[in-house]
Amino acid sequence: MGRFIARRLMGMVPFILLVSITVFLLIKLAPGDFASNYAASLAASGETVDDSMLADMRQRYGLDQPLIVQYWDWMRGVLQGDFGYSFQWQQPVVSLIGERIGLTLVLSVSTLLFTWAVALPIGVYSAVRRYSVGAYLVTLIGFVGLAIPGFLMALILMFVGVSVFHTDVGGLFSAPYANAPWSWARVVDLAQHMWVPMVILGTSGAASLIRIMRANLLDQLNQPYVDTARAKGLSEFTLLVRYPIRVALNPFVSTLGFILPQLVSGSVIISIVLNLPTAGPLLLQALLGQDQYLAGAFLLLLCSLTVLGTLISDILLALLDPRIRYQ
Amino acid sequence: MDTDQHDTPPVLEVRGLSTHFLLRAMTLKAVDDVSFTLHPGRILCIVGESGSGKSITARSLLQIVSPPGRIVAGQVLYRATPDAAPVDIAQLPARGPAMRALRGHDIAMVFQEPMTSLSPIHKIGWQIAEGLVAHGMMTRKQALARAVDLLRQVEIPNPEQAAEKFPFEFSGGMRQRAMIAMALACNPRVLIADEPTTALDVTTQAEILRLIRRLQVEQGLAVLFITHDMGVVAQIADDVLVMYHGRVVEAAPVSDLFANPRHSYTIRLLEAAQKLGMAAPPARAAVQPGPRLLEVRDVMLTYPAQGSLFRKTVQPAPTLQGISFDLHEGENLGIVGESGSGKTTLGNCIIRVLQPSAGSIRYTRRDGTVEDLAALDRDALRAARREIRMIVQDPFASLNPRMTVEQCIGEPLLVNGILQGQALRDRVAQLLTMVGLPGDIGSRYPHAFSGGQRQRIVIARALALDPRLIIADEATSALDVTLRGQILDLLLELQPRLGLSFLFISHDLGVIRYFCNRVAVMHRGRIVEIGPTEQICTAPREAYTQRLLAAVPEATPQRRTLVSV
Repeated sequence: MGRFIARRLMGMVPFILLVSITVFLLIKLAPGDFASNYAASLAASGETVDDSMLADMRQRYGLDQPLIVQYWDWMRGVLQGDFGYSFQWQQPVVSLIGERIGLTLVLSVSTLLFTWAVALPIGVYSAVRRYSVGAYLVTLIGFVGLAIPGFLMALILMFVGVSVFHTDVGGLFSAPYANAPWSWARVVDLAQHMWVPMVILGTSGAASLIRIMRANLLDQLNQPYVDTARAKGLSEFTLLVRYPIRVALNPFVSTLGFILPQLVSGSVIISIVLNLPTAGPLLLQALLGQDQYLAGAFLLLLCSLTVLGTLISDILLALLDPRIRYQ
Repeated sequence: MDTDQHDTPPVLEVRGLSTHFLLRAMTLKAVDDVSFTLHPGRILCIVGESGSGKSITARSLLQIVSPPGRIVAGQVLYRATPDAAPVDIAQLPARGPAMRALRGHDIAMVFQEPMTSLSPIHKIGWQIAEGLVAHGMMTRKQALARAVDLLRQVEIPNPEQAAEKFPFEFSGGMRQRAMIAMALACNPRVLIADEPTTALDVTTQAEILRLIRRLQVEQGLAVLFITHDMGVVAQIADDVLVMYHGRVVEAAPVSDLFANPRHSYTIRLLEAAQKLGMAAPPARAAVQPGPRLLEVRDVMLTYPAQGSLFRKTVQPAPTLQGISFDLHEGENLGIVGESGSGKTTLGNCIIRVLQPSAGSIRYTRRDGTVEDLAALDRDALRAARREIRMIVQDPFASLNPRMTVEQCIGEPLLVNGILQGQALRDRVAQLLTMVGLPGDIGSRYPHAFSGGQRQRIVIARALALDPRLIIADEATSALDVTLRGQILDLLLELQPRLGLSFLFISHDLGVIRYFCNRVAVMHRGRIVEIGPTEQICTAPREAYTQRLLAAVPEATPQRRTLVSV
């Protein structure tokens, strides 16, 4: 098992390197750079900028250097924990994104747990009681959840929140806590606010996981080893939990790998709608303004999170299924 | 026949059992008015072809028939002790505690597929111990210790280590032993074995039959043994029940049944078993060697050692270790061996699904040119594959369920650009008639046909390109014994008309003996013996061939060579 994890961790290194190159190239691929964007935005507000000032700016930020040198400078910093400097905010990237990445992570993980907690029992129920009224009902709810876009659901919830309950369901904190230092009260406040984005972000994932769980379990329910276990005299519940559900969990766990990036990217739009202080909105701004180090740092961290999520799901899979461990 | 044993009351008495499947459009009477008794210390065999209801009968006894199947009538009376009042299992709720208490504890079952009947993710030891814990007979620790004991009883080497392993680390025979150990865990009084040896090689089958017989005698078990193989029946049964379309057509002690079969279906079964059995003389004489069609020399297939920085080297089996033989025109060469001997790998090398790592396969084309199949490039290979076709084992899996019969058969003609449109339809109809099917079924889908009909469709597809050599890989293994004879006869009838030669791969010596002029016996990637069928079947020279022949269950109850107690 230790070997397995070590091998996977080593495989991550070249992969993340490739990701960093791709991310950097993608940011650079857009026409213009931060300086020209800055000039354009100034021009839009009626001011003019002369070329020498722009050249000066380019030189200061190293934007006049060849691509490879810029990339090398960036990576050297990243390896030392320095993610560069945000042009837009005139601050080090680390201080800008630290809390936001943390909140994104907290939101993503709790959404994932919510998704599993909802999808597992409902999926099992709709497989075991196939063609029952209850199963049809949860299937219907599942499809509705799958079909409604997250941002629409966010808007509806906000509307209902304001018009019926007279509270603002946006944001992750109440006004007094928004910029306060961390305290127990702030954590409680966060928990009170988090369920709305959690439900919105988790619904479509949960709906598709219900379908996956149901299909997996239906495949397993008719397997000969289930008959073997039944012929031993096990009760139906023990039987179900010990055999088919455990085997069906297998693909369920491997969905972790693709659910994580979906949560992170899906949260961009919803974060904007709900005004959440997570990574999404800042990333969007950084990309639009060609704030290359800020955008790069975000993308790199999010990709690493995804890779890490895949690793965790692989480890869970190996724990669940001895066949994978031995391959 | 020892009649004294009938004086003890039966442990299980089945009266008028009917299990029906209530489908939307109709009711399928899978088991219809079946009656029999099981006595301690005796083996009752239920024999019949697939779909005859023998498995459903067995499952009904434990109430584990999958829905929509349901016991609709009859009694299943079980006596826990000879003096106890009988319990009617058919009346117990299928999911209730009373039924559960009987399962595994009083009546245990061994299933057919040792590959899929064990949980892939639990250790063998725990799977055996689980029943003991579930019935509250032992603590977890005691049960695991008993599991090791049981593994020793079923003759698994190093039982302590075996208990810690997972099923995928076991061979088929070992898994079936583990299954038997699992069934015997709670000391049941009745053991139901549903085709326990069908998925195994003859040699492994002989070992498992011996094991079941030994345990049955030692523990005085009543055994219900389900099989489709009359040879196995002759070797192991005390009493026989012949089932056909859900009904019992004949019930008799084993020697009576073989000596005086009364029902026409029993007679048909016995005839088919005789025809493909080992007792009759070989049916096919050695042919005059025609021109050489295939010259296989020193074919090797080895896989590069798969090691990596962190892993030990694993050598995947099976490999070929220098195979040489000739196949002449108009000849049927049988390749026989246990699973894992490399016989399928050899077939795949000749049709170049696999690339042999050394050696030559020189094939003489219709126009007389000789080419080395092992060295051909893609285009040349495509041309060669028009003359060499393959028939594989499973007629259910080898036809695309979304293509009509006509599309299935016509595909090779279409992709090779030979025929299309009306001409293609005519040719398909002609091929269908040739294999004994109506010519107008082309627009139907494969699921509408039975196993035997599907295998005929597969044969028609193989014949579509007018081939010269057909590699038949276990082409009849998935079929019932009566159908098996029909398909072999069809191939033999077509052979002279179409100028075919066969490379016939099978684990079944009886089938090979019926069909082939010569036989090559394979063992661990080598041909250990090759010669005329007659000589191999009657006077084998190699010890391995002798072992293989001795393991074939003979369909004569007087000569119990496999199971002597």
